[in-house]
Amino acid sequence: MADVLATRPDRQPALPVGIAAPRRRRPRRRARSVLLTWLFRLIVVTYLFFLVAWPVSLVAQKTFEDGFSALDTALSDPSITFALKLTVIVALQAVLINLVFGVGISLLLVRYEFRGKRLLSALIDLPLSVSPVVVGLALVLVYGGRDGWFGPALQDAGFQVIFATPGIVMATTFVSLPLVIREVVPVLTEIGTEQEQAARSLGANAAQTFRRITLPGIKWAVVYGVVLSLARSLGEFGAAKIVSGNFEGQTQTATMAVEQKYQDFQQASAYATAFLLAAVSVACIVVVSIIRPKQERKR
Amino acid sequence: MSIEVRNIDKRFGDFIALDDVSLTIPSGQLTALLGPSGGGKSTLLRIIAGLESADTGTIQIEGRDATDLPPQKRNVGFVFQHYAAFKHLTVARNVAFGLEIRKRPKPEIRAKVVELLELVHLDQFADRLPSQLSGGQRQRMALARALAIEPTVLLLDEPFGALDAKVRKELRDWLRRLHDEVHVTTVFVTHDQEEALEVADEIVVINEGRIEQVGSPDELYDQPANDFVMSFLGPVTRLDGNLVRPHDLFLATSDPGDASAVGTVTRLVRVGFEVRVELDVAGQSVQAVVTRAEARNLDLREGGTLWIRPVAGAVIVEATERLAVGDLDGIDGDGADAVPVGR
Repeated sequence: MADVLATRPDRQPALPVGIAAPRRRRPRRRARSVLLTWLFRLIVVTYLFFLVAWPVSLVAQKTFEDGFSALDTALSDPSITFALKLTVIVALQAVLINLVFGVGISLLLVRYEFRGKRLLSALIDLPLSVSPVVVGLALVLVYGGRDGWFGPALQDAGFQVIFATPGIVMATTFVSLPLVIREVVPVLTEIGTEQEQAARSLGANAAQTFRRITLPGIKWAVVYGVVLSLARSLGEFGAAKIVSGNFEGQTQTATMAVEQKYQDFQQASAYATAFLLAAVSVACIVVVSIIRPKQERKR
Repeated sequence: MSIEVRNIDKRFGDFIALDDVSLTIPSGQLTALLGPSGGGKSTLLRIIAGLESADTGTIQIEGRDATDLPPQKRNVGFVFQHYAAFKHLTVARNVAFGLEIRKRPKPEIRAKVVELLELVHLDQFADRLPSQLSGGQRQRMALARALAIEPTVLLLDEPFGALDAKVRKELRDWLRRLHDEVHVTTVFVTHDQEEALEVADEIVVINEGRIEQVGSPDELYDQPANDFVMSFLGPVTRLDGNLVRPHDLFLATSDPGDASAVGTVTRLVRVGFEVRVELDVAGQSVQAVVTRAEARNLDLREGGTLWIRPVAGAVIVEATERLAVGDLDGIDGDGADAVPVGR
């Protein structure tokens, strides 16, 4: 499938030369399509520029207005360095959880038939459609220390979820749940089961088949899913803010720090932190898009 | 005896794929499972490999009960119609896969891979990825990969089904020669009777989940057990409620005295060296095939009258109701190269 798609542009046959009628009409048609292509390009570029590129670049511009002083100020503020550290810790944990469960659930959805499969598939998309604020409130209702369903019992056992790191990890995991699955499921469907069956007939057990055959096949989908999850996790705000309680230096993540600094008229620090968040996400996606196509062509 | 299949039943929902199938496949031979699509032949092959489990019944491979063994413990080589190449591994690594799983020493693996790639004429492609090979090359790689584990039996599921006609024919001959060299018990599934007749030592005809007949290609062709086997192995036509091969009909322009029927020529089609004659015998259509020379001697014309009888030693099988009319149309395939006679 991928091979076919990849070679199609090369195979596009040139229009037959030497036939008079099509030859006369062809330049005009081509000219029109070239014009249309450029028009569409212009629209898309303009749209993306005003919606994405320009606003984001203004953040970078504001950050570096006075050279590196804004970054220096921000990075010497202990509340910001703490928030950045917490964000990284939370994001890594959420990504790891989503990696393991995401690949597991994808295998379950694609390779097994069971009752309630469609329901499960629909539930997985829920985090994309539900507002993170709702997610935050829901988690508080279940795990809240004072009057949640599980909360008091967990708190008695010495494990605080809400207003603590575990709650932030949970909220972040929830909102980025579908990203790995939605990348992996179509690829898993496309590669089919024949390679796995061949591996089994050659003597590989389930674990060996997964590691040597299935995993290499879905590798790039997993990487892409992880990168999207990471970017989403770094930027999580609504759900995390509600479950964390937003205590500076304790449960405040980078996004909350940005909001607080902005409201406290420390614009420079706010911009610098926002810039760091955006830079990491952009870097992730750029790195992946640079290495991915090369690998795809090799297949 | 190499593979013993005993009383295998397999259903997919309401569909009966295999209905109490028992079969003995002898060691060291090339056996074809032949039948129409959906007849259950692939299912039987997959059950032997352990890729599918039977509802009831047992499988023995070389005297060992394999009914409940997972595929990786059966030591069978399986070749898929669509190659199932490991896309991310080179040709050499594909072939080495089974040996790497078995943790054989590296020098041994390397030597074995070289040997097998030479056997399948892919030695110069060792470092390529499967995507850089043609379909026929990929299938040969898959075969080498299956042979690498020195399987007790080699199972091939429509191995040439995805290839074009020319490559198909080449690989068919090549498989026969390979089998004469390697002598591993081989079972292959096909719906192409020519492929089965040409390559196999023994043919098992499977239809609607049941075995219709088992025998050598000659036995099946010369002594078909029933009308299904006869019509599946080659073109047939209906004469006097019997099935007979169109090329087994004797045609005469005058009454020979022992004719079974008299008919009028309705259509003549020439395909290369043979001439296909369509006759109207009392409202029934009968087909016959004669050589170009015979047609000329008989001076065949549309509208002419012919006396027909089966030649001595012709295979004749009583036609039963279960045979669909469409099965009899084998002769009527209007090839693009068909030329009307005498124009």
